[in-house]
Amino acid sequence: MINNPRDALFKEDYFHPGHPLCPGCPGGMALRWIMKVLGRDSIANVGATCLCLPTHVYPHSLEIPSLYIAMAPSPAGISGMSAAIRILKRKGVIPAEKRITVFAISGDGSTADIGMAALSGAAERNDDGLYFCFDNEAYMNTGIQRSSTTPQFSWTFSTTKGKVQRKKDLPKIMAAHDIPYVATLSVAYPEDFVRKVEKARDMGPGFKYFQIHGPCPTGWRFPEHKTVEVARLAVETGFWSLYEVVHGSFNITYRPRKRLPVVDYVKLQGRFQGLTAQDIRTLQNWVDEKEEGPGS
Amino acid sequence: MATRKMLTGNYAAAYGAKLARVEVFPAFPITPQTPVMEKIVEFIENGELDAEFIPMESEHSVMAAAVAAEAMGARTFTATSSQGLLYMHENLFVASGIRLPVVMAIVNRVVGPPNTVLNDLSDSLDQRDTSWIQIYVENAQEVLDMIPQAYRIGEDERVLLPVAICFEGIIISHYMEPVEILDQDKVDHFLPPYRPKQVVLDPDRPMSLGQIVMDDTYITEMKYQQQEAMDRSKAVIREVDEAFGDAFGRWYGGLFAAEWIDGAEVVLLTLGSLASTVRAVVKQLRDEAGLPIGFVKLRAFRPFPAQELRDCLSHVKAAVVLEKGVSIGAGGPVFLDLSHCLNRRDRMPLLIDYIVGLGGRDVTFEEVRNIALTVFEERHADSITNPVRWHQVRGL
Ligand SMILES: Cc1ncc(C[n+]2csc(CCOP(=O)(O)OP(=O)(O)O)c2C)c(N)n1
Repeated sequence: MINNPRDALFKEDYFHPGHPLCPGCPGGMALRWIMKVLGRDSIANVGATCLCLPTHVYPHSLEIPSLYIAMAPSPAGISGMSAAIRILKRKGVIPAEKRITVFAISGDGSTADIGMAALSGAAERNDDGLYFCFDNEAYMNTGIQRSSTTPQFSWTFSTTKGKVQRKKDLPKIMAAHDIPYVATLSVAYPEDFVRKVEKARDMGPGFKYFQIHGPCPTGWRFPEHKTVEVARLAVETGFWSLYEVVHGSFNITYRPRKRLPVVDYVKLQGRFQGLTAQDIRTLQNWVDEKEEGPGS
Repeated sequence: MATRKMLTGNYAAAYGAKLARVEVFPAFPITPQTPVMEKIVEFIENGELDAEFIPMESEHSVMAAAVAAEAMGARTFTATSSQGLLYMHENLFVASGIRLPVVMAIVNRVVGPPNTVLNDLSDSLDQRDTSWIQIYVENAQEVLDMIPQAYRIGEDERVLLPVAICFEGIIISHYMEPVEILDQDKVDHFLPPYRPKQVVLDPDRPMSLGQIVMDDTYITEMKYQQQEAMDRSKAVIREVDEAFGDAFGRWYGGLFAAEWIDGAEVVLLTLGSLASTVRAVVKQLRDEAGLPIGFVKLRAFRPFPAQELRDCLSHVKAAVVLEKGVSIGAGGPVFLDLSHCLNRRDRMPLLIDYIVGLGGRDVTFEEVRNIALTVFEERHADSITNPVRWHQVRGL
């Protein structure tokens, strides 16, 4: 077990360099840290997301077993694998004391849209595994189209005048499933990130849900060296907040000393280029009105 | 000890799965499959079967969970019907593409609209291109016997493909018949535990399954390997039928069962429960009218026994397919496959298709007899203009 989260980040890598993600992609960072924490005795279910590229696009792979089924059902992959591990342990095929961590990772569209039923089903059954939603706030793999987690006013190729609806608050929905653990993550806060994944890894059986805020230089239209800066501004402005819900009890894990205005975050991103002052006020109100608690 | 019980086809499937010692059972209810699910849950809950039931939230997830469990090396079973089967469609290709020998009972039901729980074979015939082995059976005993056989076929290293055992809803799934429940020790001997060596997710031997490729380097070759596995499965299906017969005293004929073929001028071919009626008609026409008519019960639709049927039917004047399914715009799926395999430069039997029993419409002894006699009259015709015949359309 790792006590200091920093230690995890220096552990060996099961995620290979030379991956085919875009320069500046936060998904590479996130997946690398996840792999460092979960280690070699873990098994991945990858859904249709840009993160297929380093994990499943031949000849790239993780250094652990992994399965790509389809876009929607990576939560069901957790269900099938964890059930198989239980029976194979009972039968002595897998040694009873061997810890195998099953996890799934998929995009926001795969998770919040097409896979919503599968996700909700696996969570309601409390099937044993960790689920990571890589929330880059659009369908990026197919070339930047809106998803239900795209924020209001954001440009995508399917919302060329800006998205009308607000961002779906999926962590809140997951917290309502009464699962042992829900947490939000940001690539700008690696210690918070690692600590939460470790915590979930070491909990008893059950469904643990993570949502990783993933600023996408390609889709959000900002320079590729600014990924961490944009990720940090999302948290410092309150656009994205870092919390966990442990067995129903809500806990902010990082609170900005003083919230910055939303405009600081928005102005770095080409996807918000056409916003009027009124639009920005609307976004600021949205952030201000989000009460603390799941989804704040 | 083997025992005899009155069982529905659904319960026969559940007993078959229990005898095969299935380990993971993801399922979602749909009429007429539901009793399969309920019976297996009962077996698990009362301790008769050591397995994991996963009450999935959709069939799409059922097949995904089945893929994941089987990829972990657990023997996996599920069952569905109709709309549920179609809901799985995407993941059916995944099971076969990753070469996972999942076994599924397909309790056949009409694909709506019109929506109904009545049966025909249109749901499973529609899945023919998913690279699943499909075997159609005639009664509850055959359902039970085929579940352990299905695992032995699919898990054979020459095959490694998923297998569907298809039987019609209501008429097989819900009517009771006396069924022999096989002796567990003998089944254990016939079907050893599944401990895969090739495809398995194991942290000690990591592999990625379901890879994505960016160019066409391996696509044709991987599909061709599936084709080769399908081809090899023909011999395996026959071997397993032999081994099962030797162990339990029932042989089903493997890919298809042909009767009274020698000297037959007309052959009636069908699949599923209709086999019982058609066989009885053929027998009567031979015994009482002395007509040279033969009978084929097709069991394997995939792999389609093209060469084998060609050898069997090459001498006949006319072959008639009676099938409870249709590819609208073309003809019955079995008829279409048969047409290509009988295709010859020199001489080809007349091939006629009767679309019957859609939506479970009763196909009576009399009707089949009339069909047989009609075709018998036509058997010398040089050609016919209406090879695909929608037989039971009212008001036509
Ligand atoms: C059933 C199905 N429909 C559509 C697709 C095409 N598709 C592949 S990736 C993708 C978008 C994925 O978006 P998201 O889940 O947000 O992940 P991201 O690419 O942004 O990481 C789509 C629509 C598919 N693979 N399967």
